[in-house]
Amino acid sequence: MGIDVGSITTKAVLMNGTAWQGVLRPTGYSPRQAGREAFGELLDKAGLARAEIDYIIATGYGRISLDFANKAMTEITCHARGAHHLVPGVDMVIDIGGQDSKVIFTDKKGNVTDFYMNDKCAAGTGRFLQVMAAAMGVDVSELADLARGREPVQISNMCTVFAESEAISLLAEGVERGRIIAGIHRSVAKRVAAMAEKIGKGELIAFTGGVAKNEGVKECLARELGREVIVVPESQLAGALGAALLAREKLLKARASSR
Amino acid sequence: MRPESMKIFDDLRGQNMVVLESAKQSGRKVVGMYCAYCPQELVLAAGAIPVSLCGTRDEPIADAEKVLPRNLCPLIKSSFGFALTGKCPYFYFSDFVIGETTCDGKKKMFELLGQYKPMHVMHLPQGADRPGALSWWKEELLLLKAKLEEHLGVTISDDDLRAAIKLSNSEQLALKELHELNKTDPAPVSGLDLLTVSFMKDFNVDKSEGIKLIKQLTGEVKEVIRQGGSPFRPGTPRVLLTGCPVGIGSEKVVKLLEESGGSVVCFENCSGYKTLDRPVDEDERRDPLEAVAERSLKIPCSCMTPNEGRLELLGRLIGEYRVDGVVDLTWQACHTYNIEAELVRSYVRDNFDLPYLHLETDYSTSDLQQLKTRVTAFIELLDKRWT
Repeated sequence: MGIDVGSITTKAVLMNGTAWQGVLRPTGYSPRQAGREAFGELLDKAGLARAEIDYIIATGYGRISLDFANKAMTEITCHARGAHHLVPGVDMVIDIGGQDSKVIFTDKKGNVTDFYMNDKCAAGTGRFLQVMAAAMGVDVSELADLARGREPVQISNMCTVFAESEAISLLAEGVERGRIIAGIHRSVAKRVAAMAEKIGKGELIAFTGGVAKNEGVKECLARELGREVIVVPESQLAGALGAALLAREKLLKARASSR
Repeated sequence: MRPESMKIFDDLRGQNMVVLESAKQSGRKVVGMYCAYCPQELVLAAGAIPVSLCGTRDEPIADAEKVLPRNLCPLIKSSFGFALTGKCPYFYFSDFVIGETTCDGKKKMFELLGQYKPMHVMHLPQGADRPGALSWWKEELLLLKAKLEEHLGVTISDDDLRAAIKLSNSEQLALKELHELNKTDPAPVSGLDLLTVSFMKDFNVDKSEGIKLIKQLTGEVKEVIRQGGSPFRPGTPRVLLTGCPVGIGSEKVVKLLEESGGSVVCFENCSGYKTLDRPVDEDERRDPLEAVAERSLKIPCSCMTPNEGRLELLGRLIGEYRVDGVVDLTWQACHTYNIEAELVRSYVRDNFDLPYLHLETDYSTSDLQQLKTRVTAFIELLDKRWT
């Protein structure tokens, strides 16, 4: 099993042979609690007992808080592996989660060859979109619809705090909400694209993490990078799936060597 | 498995302070230095005690920021803060302080520091490859010599300088031999221990005693190798650390790399191998001052342009230490290393096809979690034992 405790959402994926299933729940204030609950929920869903789980890998920012996991691995390694499973042959993974964004390059077999991660601030992350959505008086899930087909307005600030006040002044000037949101999407995409181009250009690009659910950001990313960006419905689970795949690999390897 | 002598190095700072104080009381002069370009040979030849001044800890930075801009590298802020608050005993005991015009931040900070101590700032050339560079630098050494003679009330003869060169060279050689033992796989000395030794030697009051101690440790490490010992398991990813200098108090990246399952086998930076690479030419027929100038000017620091020597050295070390990856550390707002990182990245990629990680951080713990994710992910990608 793989458990990905993100800053906003906790994800768990169970692998049974090659079949897999997953659950998601909000992380809330306690990553440890969220991890335990996601674990329990997934066991119930699969109709399995704790003892039937052979190996657990924890990932995400809360990975160290899960004392029942067999191993902790970074979300960078796990997202690469998970994205490769969801989009075979992928060589560039853009992962935008709740508190950070990453561009990961792989060897097309799911192994990381290079990566770039944003610095310690929330600029261009899921949290950034949440703050902006709140300023616009909407839910983060409504952003893409509101921005569809709108001409993006220029948002100059990348800092979450400054960008929020910039967006509020734009609203005060009477700029239409959809255009501001489109501008926000574009600024997130520009930042990530700049990060990506620092290390290279991928051939097949997958977009994972919670922000991948936002179609507006996805379209802007494709425009900025000048290439197609693939989002599959399970994108948010990519980290947990990668952790589960690595856990299975670990088991298979252990079994092979004990034979 | 940790060599016994390491304990002595751990406690050296406190002990050195006592020795320094009594040396001061007996009339010895103390000269404070900040940088590898500072010719400690001249200080030794003047009969003074050369000491490195503190600048690797986070504590005094808040005080420094009352005067200096916040958007400045932590090394400069820490150095200034230590001097300002009187919390660096070495600065306190210094009769004279030497600075250099390496980066813009340092040279302007030195203008402020001059209010606290008698000091002299040496002017470095912008690069080592121009026809006039060496003669310029030699003139600067002559000027420093005159300043030292004036402030310390001594005369420095060529013979004094030759003796100082021999002493300084033997310290350098002893340290180099220790560093090079880490070419063994797995490394017999942890990066953190190697850093401790390199760092502590700069605070030694008695050079000969310090050299003896390094040699004693080297002997113990050779024994560790003979017995096939190491603090690391076979297959531990071997990392070369390059970039800005690191010391005790600013060792967080080294610590993270080793806690995440890596082994820092080689320090290319100026707190590590960079300054050990070449000894001063001891040829008796030569002008000793010119020999000192020649050696220090070849130190490949990012404040020089161009700085091809760094890439050449990196290439050699990557091969000799058989490293699996390169980590390039830039202290926040250190423009020269930050920009040069781009050259290092492509050099490491194109010539060695090795993974490379560039980190930009400061001395604080504020970004520890994010750094940990980066560093751990890097070690995971180097670690071939998993897949």
